[in-house]
Amino acid sequence: MSNFRMHLLVCGGTGCTASDSLKLVKMLKESIKKHEITNEVEVVVTGCFGFCEKGPILKVYPDNVFYITVKPEDAEEIITEHVIKGRKVERLLYVEPNTKKRLEGQKSIPFYKKQIRIALRNCGFINPEDINEYIAADGYQALAKCLTEMSPDEVIDTVVQSGLRGRGGGGYPTGLKWKYTRQNQSDEKYIICNADEGDPGAFMDRSILEGDPHSVLEAMAIAGYAIGAQYGYIYIRAEYPLAINRLEIAIKQARKLGLLGEDIFSTGFNFDIGLRYGAGAFVCGEETALIHSVEGKRGEPSSKPPFPAQRGVWDKPSCVNNVETFANIPPIFLKGPAWFKSIGTEKSPGTKVFALAGKVNNVGLVEVPMGITLREVIYDIGGGIKNNKKFKAVQTGGPSGGCITKENLDIPIDYESLNSIGSMMGSGGMIVMDEDNCMVDIAKFYLEFTKDESCGKCTPCRIGNTRMLEILEKITKGNGTEQDLKDLVELGDVIKDTSLCGLGQTSPNPVLSTLHYFQDEYLAHVKDKHCPAGVCQALFSFHILPDKCVGCTACARICPAHCIEGERKIVHVIDQSRCIKCSACYNTCKFNAIEKG
Amino acid sequence: MAKLKTVEELKKIRQAALDQLDLRSTAESEDKVLVRVGMATCGIASGARTTMKAILDEIAKQGLANVSVTQTGCIGYCAQEPVVEVISKGMPSVLYGKVDENRGREIVIEHIKNGRLLQNAIINKSFENVE
Repeated sequence: MSNFRMHLLVCGGTGCTASDSLKLVKMLKESIKKHEITNEVEVVVTGCFGFCEKGPILKVYPDNVFYITVKPEDAEEIITEHVIKGRKVERLLYVEPNTKKRLEGQKSIPFYKKQIRIALRNCGFINPEDINEYIAADGYQALAKCLTEMSPDEVIDTVVQSGLRGRGGGGYPTGLKWKYTRQNQSDEKYIICNADEGDPGAFMDRSILEGDPHSVLEAMAIAGYAIGAQYGYIYIRAEYPLAINRLEIAIKQARKLGLLGEDIFSTGFNFDIGLRYGAGAFVCGEETALIHSVEGKRGEPSSKPPFPAQRGVWDKPSCVNNVETFANIPPIFLKGPAWFKSIGTEKSPGTKVFALAGKVNNVGLVEVPMGITLREVIYDIGGGIKNNKKFKAVQTGGPSGGCITKENLDIPIDYESLNSIGSMMGSGGMIVMDEDNCMVDIAKFYLEFTKDESCGKCTPCRIGNTRMLEILEKITKGNGTEQDLKDLVELGDVIKDTSLCGLGQTSPNPVLSTLHYFQDEYLAHVKDKHCPAGVCQALFSFHILPDKCVGCTACARICPAHCIEGERKIVHVIDQSRCIKCSACYNTCKFNAIEKG
Repeated sequence: MAKLKTVEELKKIRQAALDQLDLRSTAESEDKVLVRVGMATCGIASGARTTMKAILDEIAKQGLANVSVTQTGCIGYCAQEPVVEVISKGMPSVLYGKVDENRGREIVIEHIKNGRLLQNAIINKSFENVE
């Protein structure tokens, strides 16, 4: 078809786009034109490679060379050196931090070594805006197989056998969800894709939709066939413009080829998909609230039963699955449920995508087999903690989850294990914290989030979370008492017990889990009026150590409040009454003469 | 594009689009045949570009899969340019010299397709990289 001898794949995910990858594409194309090799080299914009820390990413095929942090001005050199003369641009290769060796291939980079990519199989490999590339990568073969060779019950059985569980966080078996929805008789049924990704720091679903939108469309059609639905909604937040754009293109292309629409593959099966935009309310990730929002009503949860499988959108049986869950469906049909079950653990087969963020060297999107330990994810894939600081905790499950300490780092990642240590799988946010993070402050951050996002329907959630936040603010300002800690636990338990939906049932988790694992840190705040990590401004101060200060005046000059006094070569002093605790002096001092405490 | 009516039509699209992705999946494959064309200044000056195009064209013509054609810098054998190296699993890497368009096509047909070395054009049978 094409005679291109070389493909330059440039990441077009949100992360790399933000660091100018589209300008890089433009510069590459200009340079290719200038050197008259337009019919030899093709530039392809792909989805997320996952290695966001080192973006923008550029991968050269067939040489299999993986360039990192490529800037638009590097385009000319890549074309003249690598593309025309075959000399790799060494300085853009990944440097292995331990051996300082430059690595060429993507698979040789430690970040990718332990990953198994199922849901992300096409991200960074195909052009998400070209249905032909998806089809070439076995796309829509699974749908064809289901429609022409299998009955809906066989389709459901295959998913049940695979053991696939909901990747949105709950971990409910997907096959059973489909089965129950199929069992409810109705003239109309609906498939809903939950793309309302709301956890702070999480971007798994966005990346799948940006990098491989067709896999979700294909899986939704399969699910529609299985449960007897003819229409599907993708509920996606309006703040994901790139994902929406790629979905729109994908839907249009699939309709054009008759892969969506009427009489698909001449089997009489009709299925089409429409987008519904969310305004970014966290609670709309809860399925009943989501359904109300799809209907154009206020996004508030309602009590279950009736379950969506009985009465969902427009009171018709509906099945809500998460983006990542759908992305796992086509490979299950192509490679078989036994293959899927062979990956991961017995109760949690397959893989999970995590958005690795926080104080870790390799921030990015990783897909790992279930059962891998947190240590492997953080140290082997994530490359350890930034600036050689000490690991303190890792937060999984977002605002609904909890913190995991170093004692539990070797616990295998699966739904049950994480629950057993007071956290949860959640949708896949994984935030790493080091010794500089104050756990009270972290708990406050999450609670601020859930307090804002509470829809207000249930009093315990609406008022309880506000009161809990007030107590945390009181503690971080140095006015907390030991009674406050007891109140937090009691209030937290009440909110969990008496809220209607998942938001309220889990919102106290970050507080309760940090209280459990980091009680000493809370006690330091309330008893000693001291913030050990030096985050809560009211609970620490800066001091200049007289024996270390050489009187270089650097701190006095940088202080924005002009509260450091001292002459050249004379020990400096901080006026505590005027100090605003901005840390500028602390970060500037070259002699470690400023103490935080 | 017309709407697909059958699974066969989907397979046809897949086949047509496969060439596009083949370049990428072959690069990831471990038992591929790797053809490296020396494309430094001397190589380009002696016509390596034409050679490379001929090799690519012949591979497409013969419908060979799992062959990856890349370029490399100066191999150091300037007198023999254009130089082409063929590496396939289980065989020592072979370095061919003075590869013009015709010899390029010959390499594809004889060496890669039929597994016969072009004795008259080999520079060094056991060309190895020293790390």
